[in-house]
Amino acid sequence: MDADVRVGDVGTAWPTRLTDSWREFAENPVALAALALVALLIALAVLSPWIAPQNPYDLSQLSILDNKLPPGSRGFAGQLYLLGSDDQGRDLVSAILYGLRLSIFVGITATAIALAIGASVGVIAAYFGGWTDAGLMRLVDIQLSFPAILIALILVTILGKGVDKVVIALVCVQWAYYARTIRSSALVERRREYIDAARGLALSQSRIILRHLLPNAFPPLIVVATVQVAHAIALEATLSFLGVGVPITEPSLGLLIANGYGYMLSGNYWIAFYPGLALLLVILAINLVGDQLHHVMNPRGKR
Amino acid sequence: MAAKLALEGVGKRFVKPLDLASRAANLLGAGVNETIIDAVDGVDLCVNAGEVVGLVGESGCGKTTLGRIVAGILPPSRGQVRYSGHTREQLVARGGRKALLKTQMIFQDPMASLNPRMRIADIIGEAPVVHGIISRGERADYVGALLVRVGLDPADKSRYPHQFSGGQRARIGIARALAVKPDLLVCDESVAALDVSIKAQVLNLFMQLRRDLALTYLFISHDLGAVEHIADRTVIMYLGRIVEIAPTAELFGAPNHPYTRALIANVPRLNARKHRFAPLKGEIPSALNPPSGCAFHPRCPFAMARCRVERPALVEIAPGRSSACHLNATAAASAALPSSEKLV
Amino acid sequence: MSQPILAVANLRTHFFARAGVIKAVDGVSFTLRAGEVLGLVGESGSGKSVTACSILSLIDEPGRIVAGSIQLDGEELVGCAEARMRSLRGCKIAMIFQDPMMTLNPVLRIDTQMIEAITAHEKVSRRAARERAQRALEAVGIASAPERLRAYPHQFSGGMRQRVAIAIALLHRPQVLIADEPTTALDVTIQSQILAEVQGLCAESGTALVWITHDLAVVAGLADRIAVMYAGRIVEQGPVDAVFARPLHPYTRGLIGSLPVPGQRDAPLTQIPGAPPSPARLPPGCAFAPRCGRADAACAAAPDMIDHEPGHAVRCWHPDLQSKAMA
Repeated sequence: MDADVRVGDVGTAWPTRLTDSWREFAENPVALAALALVALLIALAVLSPWIAPQNPYDLSQLSILDNKLPPGSRGFAGQLYLLGSDDQGRDLVSAILYGLRLSIFVGITATAIALAIGASVGVIAAYFGGWTDAGLMRLVDIQLSFPAILIALILVTILGKGVDKVVIALVCVQWAYYARTIRSSALVERRREYIDAARGLALSQSRIILRHLLPNAFPPLIVVATVQVAHAIALEATLSFLGVGVPITEPSLGLLIANGYGYMLSGNYWIAFYPGLALLLVILAINLVGDQLHHVMNPRGKR
Repeated sequence: MAAKLALEGVGKRFVKPLDLASRAANLLGAGVNETIIDAVDGVDLCVNAGEVVGLVGESGCGKTTLGRIVAGILPPSRGQVRYSGHTREQLVARGGRKALLKTQMIFQDPMASLNPRMRIADIIGEAPVVHGIISRGERADYVGALLVRVGLDPADKSRYPHQFSGGQRARIGIARALAVKPDLLVCDESVAALDVSIKAQVLNLFMQLRRDLALTYLFISHDLGAVEHIADRTVIMYLGRIVEIAPTAELFGAPNHPYTRALIANVPRLNARKHRFAPLKGEIPSALNPPSGCAFHPRCPFAMARCRVERPALVEIAPGRSSACHLNATAAASAALPSSEKLV
Repeated sequence: MSQPILAVANLRTHFFARAGVIKAVDGVSFTLRAGEVLGLVGESGSGKSVTACSILSLIDEPGRIVAGSIQLDGEELVGCAEARMRSLRGCKIAMIFQDPMMTLNPVLRIDTQMIEAITAHEKVSRRAARERAQRALEAVGIASAPERLRAYPHQFSGGMRQRVAIAIALLHRPQVLIADEPTTALDVTIQSQILAEVQGLCAESGTALVWITHDLAVVAGLADRIAVMYAGRIVEQGPVDAVFARPLHPYTRGLIGSLPVPGQRDAPLTQIPGAPPSPARLPPGCAFAPRCGRADAACAAAPDMIDHEPGHAVRCWHPDLQSKAMA
């Protein structure tokens, strides 16, 4: 309606002014709270070796006599089990903190690697087009047509147990989604005149892809990656729950839930409940942040 | 001395290939044809050093495609493009990719032609450093000097494109082209997207740069007023073909080709007062289905039987003037031409 | 003198954005008599499109008309109920846009849209409406109208779509037609065709026309009167002959001077320094002062619109009264 009325200058689809974006982000109190929660959880996870009452992976610190104590009870040696203990005598607070640390680590690492691989594949496919594009995208299609959990299960079964194997499996599951997303925005950007200008300046293809195309095609991936961290955490939890993820001595949240699952009906609810709650909070908070980020970064109705 | 730019029989054909379904249908005898568009259909043109040649036409005439071919962004389907006598391949063979920098393009949309995520110091300074024209240390001063030359403040070089106005972005695009020391500039509707008062500033800048740096221009525009002001010679295109070439003053004073005449008659003039518009009839034809013979014949008030059948060649009708119209060839028809156009 | 068909007085339309108040239109007044053609000229940010949308009550949040009056044939439009505006739009006052796809629905056939436009204001049978639609298409110069009626907008070229938009706008022979840059995106020869059609139709049905454009030359050939807008205000207004022969406002003079004139090749064009201000950051006082060669301390206060000759008014403390004629 009003080509005459522009606030400031014509912007690109995503704001390049951080302060303005931050102000917009902060408009939603729920998202702000979620961001604070995510920050808190990450801080807890990073600092867990120092703030956890005990090291739940160190078998010598566990006392089997203290097993299945309800929340708030005191143990044999007098220590306080704030959220109770599990069937092996692990303090649940420590277990959750360490589990959170592992879950977040796995989620972020897997996402970062998948992002790097997927972004490269997608941008190359978009820039070169033709058979390169067709070939790579068929690969992506094949990858995406399988359910994530199925691929992950097959991979960890082949590769074996271990945190690193889980990360590899998650990367294999996730990269295709990034490739497809960035290919769409790269196809749009490739048609724009600044790419023609770069070609007119006789710049090399690798330079054009890395310096001109990639930074402009990338921003939609920020939102995708944020939410995918949550997916990765959930997927890892699923794998661990099914017993094929992390080893039993280094429990992630999923494994803790699996451990405590059997005790739900016999009344020792806390063994599964609190890790489950922690997992829920992490995923929910990340999703809310990603949602608001999406809202801020997308072009809205008014031109 | 070879012309700065020489186009010989240049053509560009866009073909949309048949998909699998249509090809299968063809095997069964369906006879589905591919979509063929001859955006540029046999163009011969010479631009001499230091000249400004205006390239004018309406939508579908192929001027933008031709501009992109000259700038090297689009390869021609047929014909040759020579720069001071050498083709692009010869230039690269002799001087590397750097030799291609001599021809630069100034784009239409000042916002879209600048990388939104790069500071303008990088936008302007990237290519000269990469190609070794200047060293990395000299970059700041070099970019500053260029900004001053195009009328911008060097202190702004750390800013991003969105922080500038439309006219300023146009100037940044010009500075970027000048940074690689070109001698031929292709201006593709470079002032079309600008406000009237800014357009004058940028046109003046073009004229000044031409004088200061001895540049040659191929000035593509649909704005006849701007072309009349800045161009030494003007070329009129219609549906991929050149229909007339003449020195600007002669073209506007005494146009020969009926399309040129219609175009000039239809341009609103500031010194005209309220009058009834008497436009040319008919739509601009689509390149998908060009008319037979002379592409203009469906709309031409002087069309003859020959025009429907035979495509007129671009022939010289006076020193330095060429026109592609059968009317010039027919002595009888020349009597039908109004006043001063008796050129046969 | 007869009652003006459209009288805009002191119109102010402001947008309340997060960054601040944008005074897109800040005190615009003009009148339009029946059958007259007014050219509204301005660059981007001048507020001409917002003026047009304000007249038709098409301003959405966060913008609204904060002051002023718009009288259409004596009826006040500011503050008018939406139901009444709907009955007026398309019937007594109509608008065409730069992009005809703002008028045309891409998923409906042309006959559907036109019949809908007719039956929205009149009770006629579908067959009668279809016949009227066909005649309207023929009136705007569209050949083979019966087949064209059954087509979709995407099957038309840009010029044809604009003709259809004009046909729809003139279906009910409105008293006022507002055209917001309808030919800016069209080729020269097609623009001429559209201008001829609009000119002819308006003359025939007595419709008053407001032609919004940045192209002074089009206004020269089409309009009776011209109003020049800058930064949300009209800075000069008057008969086309008078304004072009003797532009009083330095901005108008600069605009006319910046257009290439045949026979003056190689001479630098008159350029107005600087750039049009953004409506979000208007300077106080006269908005043109930062770019004006004649500005002084007096220009810190916003000037009023003053008549210098009958019908020729200018908003400037230092209008160019002495200088000779231009174009």
